[in-house]
Amino acid sequence: MIRIVDLHKSFGQKEVLRGVDLTVQKGETMVVIGQSGSGKSVLIKHMIGLLKPDSGQIYVDDIDITRLRDDALMRATRKFGMLFQGAALFDSMTVAENVRFGLERYTKLSEEQIQKRVAESLDLVGLKGAECLMPSELSGGMKKRVGLARAIAYQPEIMLYDEPSTGIDPIRADAINDLINKLKCEMGITSVVITHDMVSSYKIADRIAMLYEGKIIEVGTPEEIRSSPNPIIQQFIHGQAEGPIKD
Amino acid sequence: MANLFANAPVLSAFEEIGSVGLLFFKTLKNLFRRPREHQTMLQQLEEIGVRSLPVVSLTAAFGGLVFGFQMYVGLHRYIGPGSEAYGGPVITLSLVKELIPILVGLMISGRVGSSMAAEIGTMKITEQIDALHSLGANPIRYLVVPRMLAGFFMMPCLVLYGDFIGILSAYFYNVILMGVNRIVYVQNTLNYLEIWDISTGLIKACVFGVVISIVGCWQGMETEGGAEGVGRATTRTVVISSISILILNFFISKLLPATLKGG
Repeated sequence: MIRIVDLHKSFGQKEVLRGVDLTVQKGETMVVIGQSGSGKSVLIKHMIGLLKPDSGQIYVDDIDITRLRDDALMRATRKFGMLFQGAALFDSMTVAENVRFGLERYTKLSEEQIQKRVAESLDLVGLKGAECLMPSELSGGMKKRVGLARAIAYQPEIMLYDEPSTGIDPIRADAINDLINKLKCEMGITSVVITHDMVSSYKIADRIAMLYEGKIIEVGTPEEIRSSPNPIIQQFIHGQAEGPIKD
Repeated sequence: MANLFANAPVLSAFEEIGSVGLLFFKTLKNLFRRPREHQTMLQQLEEIGVRSLPVVSLTAAFGGLVFGFQMYVGLHRYIGPGSEAYGGPVITLSLVKELIPILVGLMISGRVGSSMAAEIGTMKITEQIDALHSLGANPIRYLVVPRMLAGFFMMPCLVLYGDFIGILSAYFYNVILMGVNRIVYVQNTLNYLEIWDISTGLIKACVFGVVISIVGCWQGMETEGGAEGVGRATTRTVVISSISILILNFFISKLLPATLKGG
């Protein structure tokens, strides 16, 4: 379980997070929606320890990861897998080397087991046989799937997805959504997805949280969000230019 | 009042020194921790060492030639014909203690330091460093430690190689081209040159190797703002490491004893 308590973060004079409170239950898929620049990526980067908050706590299975340093933090973050917006593949390595990166360093798996895990992960994302390709030879959608294979190869307990459908065509985006659902069903992974794509949100979310002006203003099931009386939520989910959200 | 100081360039300079100092400290802390990145280390040894051989060869060869030439002209003009053979020790001492370490340091900062900044900077802006972290890898242990160690070990090798090429080039100019007495030139050089003189250059090389890699990695990790940011990081790496080399060279020369022989 992830519990975020009163999280604050500023960059210079700009206050990005102004007291975020959010709980993600074990095994659920929580989708965080919000405008571009609303602090969604900042929030997700705090969860994995990439950013340190100005104040507030993030409990992952009752351990406050904001207090951990260096190796203790590294060990804690191995529970997580993360799919980055641009996939963030290591461009000097092949697809297989990318996927096996964490396995050969931080597990005691044998070479044979690593090869098997790499093949299984690539198979799961539909990229069987792409082991020897370089990231520069892949399309945007393929890169995202390799990024996903790399993250799941380690068999994380929690997956963080940063805009999984951004920059790829709707068919590929839907395939990624199916994969997220498949991972949840088959591996029981807890997921946090940040996106502003409402079609994806409805398809994958158990619950949706809206981040607005540095705070979570509403959390609910997709149905509850759809029928929310909050005009900010309604403007956002219907993608209307007119309304209380001005920029 | 606080805002006035917050914008002061002096404060910004201290902030930067603190930032690079912190990276150096963290790198030292991670030096002996596992997992060790042998593959990355080997790649860096090749990148800094083997691939720098052509540029070091050219630099040392022409450095030795021009220094040999000026020493020949100087001695010939101010002391007189025949005195050129006594230039050997001065040429060799200046080359191994000062000229070759500095020239090689400047060349490596341009060739390797900038490429480290560009590579790590690109990794930073494409979130590859965040990805390392997300996979439980410590970016300092994976990226900085192997580069710093490779710089520390390869720079003295390059300087030693440069010393050999430089001394040979100066010998070639004076003895082969200008007909200076070979026996006097070589004998004088051997009489006055100490192992300590070569060691001084090698100690400097170790320091320069660490400076170049740490500055390159630091600038790479501080990169912001896309391709323009990467360009800025590479330029700053070359400028900062070159200036650091020149300043440190003076202080190391002053701190280290000129000779280990008594008196």
